[in-house]
Amino acid sequence: MLLAYASILILLVIATLFAGGSLIAAKLVRPRVNDTLKRTAYECGMETVGETTVQTNIRFYTYALLFVIFDVEALYIFPWAVVVRSMGAVALVEMGIFLGILVSGLAYAWKMGALQWE
Amino acid sequence: MTEETIQPKLSEPVFNHSNGRLLMPETRYWPTQMWKSPWSLPTYRRGAAVLAGLITGIAGAAWFLGEAGPRVAPLYSAAEQFALSKGVPAFIISVLWTFIKGAILLAAPLVNALFAVWWERKISAHIQSRMGPMYVGWWHGALQTVADGLKLLLKEDIIPETADKFVHMMAPVVVVIPAILAFAPVPFGNELVYADIDIGTLYVFAVGGVSVVGIIMAGWSSGNKFSLLGGLRSAAQLVSYELPRTFAVVPVIMLAGTLNISAIAGLQAGYWGGIIPRWLIFYPVVGQIAFIVFLIASVAETNRIPFDIPEAESELVAGFNTEYSGMKFALFFLSEFAYVLLSCLLMASFFFGGGAAPLPFLDFLPSWAWFLGKVLILMFCFLWFRWTFPRFRVDRLMDFNWKFLLPVSLLNIAAAGLLIWFLS
Repeated sequence: MLLAYASILILLVIATLFAGGSLIAAKLVRPRVNDTLKRTAYECGMETVGETTVQTNIRFYTYALLFVIFDVEALYIFPWAVVVRSMGAVALVEMGIFLGILVSGLAYAWKMGALQWE
Repeated sequence: MTEETIQPKLSEPVFNHSNGRLLMPETRYWPTQMWKSPWSLPTYRRGAAVLAGLITGIAGAAWFLGEAGPRVAPLYSAAEQFALSKGVPAFIISVLWTFIKGAILLAAPLVNALFAVWWERKISAHIQSRMGPMYVGWWHGALQTVADGLKLLLKEDIIPETADKFVHMMAPVVVVIPAILAFAPVPFGNELVYADIDIGTLYVFAVGGVSVVGIIMAGWSSGNKFSLLGGLRSAAQLVSYELPRTFAVVPVIMLAGTLNISAIAGLQAGYWGGIIPRWLIFYPVVGQIAFIVFLIASVAETNRIPFDIPEAESELVAGFNTEYSGMKFALFFLSEFAYVLLSCLLMASFFFGGGAAPLPFLDFLPSWAWFLGKVLILMFCFLWFRWTFPRFRVDRLMDFNWKFLLPVSLLNIAAAGLLIWFLS
């Protein structure tokens, strides 16, 4: 079984070789013509106004927070799902309580307008 | 000027029986008229015959070749004996063999990208009554994608002045490496799996999630406001849709009792009453809802229409892809199609019984042929959606996920619990 994980490590080496190799191969064969105008940002032909490091909507942050909560929940729910058939009704009730708490959290976030995109 | 020249009288369309086209002299012909009775068209019948011939030919070849395992095992043992007789240590042999298997696995997303891009262009063309690529290659532009790939390889790499050069270069690498790594525990047939690990399902979702980091890197480092907005939208969308996608699989794991993907596929062999396959999609209500949620979330995860707001060409000029050209762009494209293939393979394993035949008397075909057929049908759906649905607005997109898909997938877990309680 550990050998299977070692083969994933070998696949990581292969994937890295592929990604690096294709970029290096492209670097060897492609032409290179310097032009300052070519190297401006592509914004539909207009000259760029201001900086790129602008402030972005706070919504992205709240979604990221909600995602972290539910993704950790997914990590807990996976091992539970494997054993639920052998454990029976007790496991179902326990996960019902756990999910209930998180769903009430989602309902609270919904009510407070965290899921509202403006 | 006479009245006739201002309003020319349209002549009647002439049906050409030799090639099945409606031709209006000196004006265009209308495809809707042409397609009213498609079976009367010789081209339509010829196309159907070619399709039937292709399917029969591939099925015949699969029947002739049989299962992959018994074919490869004698080759491997012969090579092993030869290497051992030359005094190569057994450890080196297994590492080399794993490298060969890994190279074959790497070919899967590459060949898939070559095929799927051509197929998508063909599907889009035929949906829009065009021909699509026709000239490169011998048959219906079959080598068009190879030519495109060569063009991308030879294309100049333009990095904008304002870009963060190192992050800009690393972003496609960070996107494409997880896309290849995620294929490790995915079966392509019975016992045709690269790394048969016990936590396969968790591994695929965990590794696939790393690509989001690459997309944010691409968006942030390009030094372009479109790219930044596209990268952020993409991150928000990908992490959001990852939740229903993960929760949609939980009922599957509950019913199968294992996280090993090939084991989940193997458990679905057999038939109820000798006719209905024991696929998870045929479990009442739970299976169908899980499949539909997983399908929708997978389309969103691969940034495809109708969920392509991060790279919407018409408003964000391709989003995080904007400042990428040449091979770097090719890597982004490759990983997108690799994720499409991965989603189709996962759906085939989770919901459609993997290598199991849909009817008992069809099991003379090897399991990899059924995998291939199921994956091609599911991939056709992916490509078909793109040319059928309009794009979601960004707020509707998030609402749909958080206020509909996520509660539905959580309710589905509860329904699966009830089903298990009922079954036991």
